[in-house]
Amino acid sequence: MESKLGLSADTIERCRSIAKEIVNPVQNYIQRHTTDSVERATLRLLGADLINDNGVPVPNIIVSQLSDKIQYGVAQYYINGLLKLNCEPDELNRKIAGGLDLTELDMVDKKYINEKGQELVETFSQRVKLHRSFRKEKIEKASDAQPSPLLYVIVATGNIYEDVKQAQAAAEQGADIIAVIRTTAQSLLDYVPYGPTTEGFGGTYATQENFRIMRKALDETGEKTGRYIRLVNYASGLCMPEIAAMGALERLDMMLNDSMYGILFRDINMYRTFVDQHFSRMINSFADIVINTGEDNYLTTSDAYEKAYTVTASQLINESFAHESGMPEKLMGLGHAFEMNPNIKNGFLFELAQAQMAREIFPEAPLKYMPPTKYMTGDIFKGYAMNTLFNFIAKATNQGILLLGMLTEAIHTPFMQDRFLAIANAKYVMNNMGDLLSDMEFKTDGIMQKRAQEVLGQTESFLQEINEKGLFDAVERKMFADISRPKNGGKGLQGVYEKAASYWNPIEEYLNGELGIQKGMM
Amino acid sequence: MMIKAYGDTLNDGAVQLSFTLPVASGPKADEAARIYTGKLGFEECEVVHSNPLSDDFTFFVVYGKSATSLDYSKVVVEEVETSMDFYEVNQFIKEKLKRKIVVVGACTGSDAHTVGIDAIMNMKGYDQHYGLERYPEIEAYNLGAQVKNEDLIEYAKKVKADVILISQIVTQKEVHIHNMTNFIELMEAEELRDNIVVCAGGPRVSNKLAMEIGFDAGFGRGSYPEHVASYVVEKLFEKQRK
Repeated sequence: MESKLGLSADTIERCRSIAKEIVNPVQNYIQRHTTDSVERATLRLLGADLINDNGVPVPNIIVSQLSDKIQYGVAQYYINGLLKLNCEPDELNRKIAGGLDLTELDMVDKKYINEKGQELVETFSQRVKLHRSFRKEKIEKASDAQPSPLLYVIVATGNIYEDVKQAQAAAEQGADIIAVIRTTAQSLLDYVPYGPTTEGFGGTYATQENFRIMRKALDETGEKTGRYIRLVNYASGLCMPEIAAMGALERLDMMLNDSMYGILFRDINMYRTFVDQHFSRMINSFADIVINTGEDNYLTTSDAYEKAYTVTASQLINESFAHESGMPEKLMGLGHAFEMNPNIKNGFLFELAQAQMAREIFPEAPLKYMPPTKYMTGDIFKGYAMNTLFNFIAKATNQGILLLGMLTEAIHTPFMQDRFLAIANAKYVMNNMGDLLSDMEFKTDGIMQKRAQEVLGQTESFLQEINEKGLFDAVERKMFADISRPKNGGKGLQGVYEKAASYWNPIEEYLNGELGIQKGMM
Repeated sequence: MMIKAYGDTLNDGAVQLSFTLPVASGPKADEAARIYTGKLGFEECEVVHSNPLSDDFTFFVVYGKSATSLDYSKVVVEEVETSMDFYEVNQFIKEKLKRKIVVVGACTGSDAHTVGIDAIMNMKGYDQHYGLERYPEIEAYNLGAQVKNEDLIEYAKKVKADVILISQIVTQKEVHIHNMTNFIELMEAEELRDNIVVCAGGPRVSNKLAMEIGFDAGFGRGSYPEHVASYVVEKLFEKQRK
């Protein structure tokens, strides 16, 4: 594709290879480590579920029973339990919830554990493959009715049953993607709550049962409207891989999943996050789940005009990490946002240049474009106008996923009519300027070309600087979002373990094979 | 002076409304919206637009006129104590303090709850209010939970803290009071109390309680990062001028 912005293909290539150099040493660390959450996700994919009387999930119980054996991989102990008690996961889960201690069982021959492991992996794999083909078929059938970009809205009542009503209404109005935002601070819980939930603050708990309830509701609306409605949740925080696992099992379609968001914005330990994001993305890749990365957060923190290059750099790093997890470009919903101060002269041109630049650097990725939030006020009329300009850029630069701005942003969680007005706005813009992109060229050496070239140049220098320091040190030295995160600080470090030479994880082995992941330098 | 909403003529009382009713769209729904607006106290109600939101909900735009008027001379506003916002705090530091300030925070003692200190300090903030880590003019260190008072003070000395924030969530057997008192005693023993602004926060920590124990201020339920930030920068400015 020829660059409309006159971006140098060589510079882009250099940026990409520096990003890979930045990721390499981190990947080396990742390959040698596992975490509590990676192990719990593995258990969930093998069949572990339920909670005990105190609300502690079975995967957490198992991991704490095996605290001194995690380095070997906990899967074998769970599978050993199945073999020793000659039962299926459901029954074993009930027994563990009832107090059974897996460490008290003698170990059977590794050969049998291997065999049983393959059987459970096969069950997991069949389930996810069925989901994949179901989704693919529905999307192909609905292809005429699915616009580009796809329209994404959020529901956040705290009550999953109320969320269903709001989500179904939004889908009927034309929303293609429904995100159920999580309750405040779920990302800092080191376990996943269980069952349907009706109370949350600023959002609804991510639980496997809530996933099922919303999935069923959206499938109903999809049938009714002849479309496929995609469901989103958040594979982030201390349970990142477990949420990814639950999403794969319940056919979620997208996951917010960033390689560094948790470190910078939630103060989760960097080693924990890097290991967790890798395993999460392997699961997402296998389940055909589109990830959405969180670069918009850099712009709500720092100035969107001055720090635009940090977004591009982070997109390249996110891309590189995703490649290491075997993820194809079509699943990389790299994020960015329309967050420049509306009072800047020519701000719209700079936003347009940035969005087009992302499009050109990542031609295959379904870019996730986030609406104005930082400069939204109580003036709903101005807000609606800003959202129109935002929608214009999304369509003009062919973004893949359009998170719709709400005119009441900064006032309250959306009223039902707010989502309707947002969808109506987007549909109007998308239809009215449908083919603008193919009919539009950028003036050579004009404001937009110059701006994009300048940002790309800054991106290269920034990546070089990170590469010289190394990513771990760069994060410690405040190079991202002006925030310092010490290597051994933050939450969750105590849940990171160096793998023993005999570490065994049948899910990881299977996914490595399926996704063609080369094991890095060991 | 009596006043009414102004549309295009003085005292026409014209108001623009938009709302959703939980009924299916159609002529009956439009009529319901007109009658409903009348019940809200409007006259000459006109439903200018309606649109279904789903099978069971309809959105309306309605204009009406209200005869209600108000004596403007009788309107009284209370002086509310306002705190600076994110931008104003940063501006204040730049202009008045003329250097970045260092804030160290922790949830101290055996208390394992980081929710309070995170709400005030975390980058992402809480309820759309950015935490202190996001303030460009503040160097913020959140040490997390279960931090010993001794370690917190040691750390504050190391980074030359201007401000120390302590969060106390667990209040069983008044453990928070013992812990807060112990902290102040240690600060005094180290002769740091006068140089550093110290604040306490938590659902059962009031300004009164914190000041009685010897803190500069206390922040209870409903406090946001900018409230804490406003207070400490003004306090630092006051100290600087002495």
